[in-house]
Amino acid sequence: MSNGKTGKINKEKILGIIKNQGILIFFALLLFSVSLVSDRFLSARNIILVLRQVSITGVMACGITFLLISGNFDLSIGSLLSLTTVVVINLHDKIGPVPAIIITLGVGILIGIINGTLVGYIKLNSMIVTLGMLTVLQAVTLIYTGGTYSAISRPDEAWFRFFGRGYILRIPTPVIIFGGLVILFHIILNKTVYGKYLFALGGNRTASEYTGINESFITFITFIVTGLTTALAGIMMGSRLMAAQNYIGEGYEFTVLTAVVLGGTSLFGGSGSVIKTLIGVLILGFLTNAFIIMGFPYYVQWIVQWGIIIGAVWMDVASKRGKLWA
Amino acid sequence: MISIKKTKEKILELKNITKIFPGITAVDDVTFEVNAGEVHALVGENGAGKSTLMKVMAGIHIPEKGSISYKGEKIKLKNPLDAKKKGIILIHQELSLVPQMTVAENILLGSLPSKKGGRINWKELHNRAQEAIKKLGCQFKSTDLVEDLTIAHQQMVEIARAISYDAKVVIFDEPTASLTQEEVEVLYKNIELLKEQGIGIIYISHKLNEIFEVSDKITVLRDGKLVDTLDTDKTDEPEITKKMIGKNIEDFFASKKISKYGDEVIRVENITRKDEFENINFSIKEGEVLGLYGLLGAGRTEVAETIFGINQPDSGQIYFKGHEVNISSSKKAVHLGIGLVPESRKEQGLVLGMSTLENISLAKIPYVHNYGFIQNKEVKEIFDKYKDRLSISTTGPNQKVMNLSGGNQQKIVIGKWLCLNPDLVILDEPTRGIDVGSKAEIHNLIAELAETGMAVLVISSEIPEILGVSHRIITMHQGEQTGVFTDEEVTEDKLIQSITSHAEDICKV
Repeated sequence: MSNGKTGKINKEKILGIIKNQGILIFFALLLFSVSLVSDRFLSARNIILVLRQVSITGVMACGITFLLISGNFDLSIGSLLSLTTVVVINLHDKIGPVPAIIITLGVGILIGIINGTLVGYIKLNSMIVTLGMLTVLQAVTLIYTGGTYSAISRPDEAWFRFFGRGYILRIPTPVIIFGGLVILFHIILNKTVYGKYLFALGGNRTASEYTGINESFITFITFIVTGLTTALAGIMMGSRLMAAQNYIGEGYEFTVLTAVVLGGTSLFGGSGSVIKTLIGVLILGFLTNAFIIMGFPYYVQWIVQWGIIIGAVWMDVASKRGKLWA
Repeated sequence: MISIKKTKEKILELKNITKIFPGITAVDDVTFEVNAGEVHALVGENGAGKSTLMKVMAGIHIPEKGSISYKGEKIKLKNPLDAKKKGIILIHQELSLVPQMTVAENILLGSLPSKKGGRINWKELHNRAQEAIKKLGCQFKSTDLVEDLTIAHQQMVEIARAISYDAKVVIFDEPTASLTQEEVEVLYKNIELLKEQGIGIIYISHKLNEIFEVSDKITVLRDGKLVDTLDTDKTDEPEITKKMIGKNIEDFFASKKISKYGDEVIRVENITRKDEFENINFSIKEGEVLGLYGLLGAGRTEVAETIFGINQPDSGQIYFKGHEVNISSSKKAVHLGIGLVPESRKEQGLVLGMSTLENISLAKIPYVHNYGFIQNKEVKEIFDKYKDRLSISTTGPNQKVMNLSGGNQQKIVIGKWLCLNPDLVILDEPTRGIDVGSKAEIHNLIAELAETGMAVLVISSEIPEILGVSHRIITMHQGEQTGVFTDEEVTEDKLIQSITSHAEDICKV
């Protein structure tokens, strides 16, 4: 009897460790094993390169972490990334960088308002609402550009390049933006009433309502937050490329969701962490980088990403029901 | 009454069954049996262990101790399928039908007749289903959609399904909760039919008059223990009631504290919500406990939810502290000074994955923040204060509420409101499913709250509870207010009459 009991506790402990720290262990193992194969992998230059590459995904992942914790989904962020990138590039030469940036952020807020109203106030399923928005935004992007490629005419002279290509104290600007956002979002999530409400909503929407929380408003706001982080990512993307192609953001929704879920934020809502999202983003980034360094074609990573997301979701489900199998 | 062939064969026998849940022994050493062609009623208050025992029989719970025999042979029920295979069928309070499917499909869902290649044999399906519903004298067809049927007819579909499973034991869990008087008669007829076929029936109900009408034997449970098993024709309602609550009803009055009432806190005038409740009127003063008595589905919870702003009334007025108010959201209700301890603790009251501290402070944090930042020190003080005041036993502020016992969970929900110091607290079935000790604590707490000048509305379907805590009682039946009683004039009989359909001619307000 007592043997069985300790066995059970150990199993629970292991499941708990896998749930809480597994991602860090996995990250460390990844860095270690690839560094054995390639001495370039952990060089300062390569690390900075990877950090810069992941920062756009990372900025979007911050917003999506909030949304997922609150128990909602957003599949339209890839399309919104395309749209905002196109808008900021297109307007840059026409009305100047500052108005272009403001309008781009406005586009993000507007899409957040639409999604947030439909999900928060009209109570439509967020998956369906944002799946629809995904195609709508693709269409809007094409209507806006007429299908043409946009570019900033003199990329080397525009200060707008700062957001994607610039440096602050030898650290790339996008990395600074991503890092700052992680810290800001971590504080909001853990120290504020709004952050607590996100967990409450995702944990039990009905109980939240019965506690006097205005859950419609919180959902509404959170979609705006996601819209804003995506627009910010669009500005960074535009600034990095100084040009925009209509499908630039395609597939980003999947990468971002993979990173966030990999970080341990539950697909069912109610639990998650911005810091762990950061690690999820880094794992994906370093993994892609490792594949390139080791000479695999870039598309092999998509197969590996599939394996990773299955593993991450499995761990989430397993830790909830307390065992690996159904 | 149709004459019954009395075969005294024991079908199902439970011996010394004990079922323990974390923090509570739900069923404690209970022995119970059902004979063929017999209706054995199971009665007891909420939390007496009826539903746990029923779930043991249906293979949903596995008992820690005790044995189960089926037709004299010891068996183990490991899951609901085991029980089903033995012909033990549970008919739930909430029906388990697929509304979008036809009657025939629902009846034979577990064993759809098929042709070669797995295609459904529709002809046989409908023939077999039609035969089953004909036996019961149903007025609907096997091709009707279940969602188009009345609740009573849906229940008959469940019964037909039980028969088609070749049921040996049928367990009815509060079968009349949502039926009209006529429909109840139909149900009784069906039960007679089942009896004639030699099926053993277990009948669980709150309503003693029903129990006396249908049952052959009555078993009383209290606090998880077996009190007695009696032949129905050798006992009466007062005896059963006494055994259910363990003391005379009068004893409950003695324990109640009289408080002085202050100003009126809430007055509700003619509030109505279509299909839920009609013309509800009451008022509660500071220091007063108003009891709202009625059965499940009487519209009590809907009234509470309307006052708390979850839903809005179609017509009627609510006055709060003398002013007419429009409570458009739960947030607004909280802001006015109303707290609701909802009926369903786990679904509506708590965020189970959150800690005790987070749950207890969840309603309070928007009132103690600093530019949106949670004030950890104040929140911790709230936790310490209410942990002591409500004697919540927890390992600490970070313990997740899902790991607490029902009683402690309920205290957290109550604490969540007390820390806001509301003017009106509504408690909907505050002691459902919690142990006796916590039950008494919560009853005392209600008295204490009233003494400090709060207005309290207690909703309950337990007569002793409602009599024990309230200064005044209103009753509801099928969405209508059927009576108002003060302490002195109320009796159990009057309450029971008031919540059954005979109510109209007895006491109209």
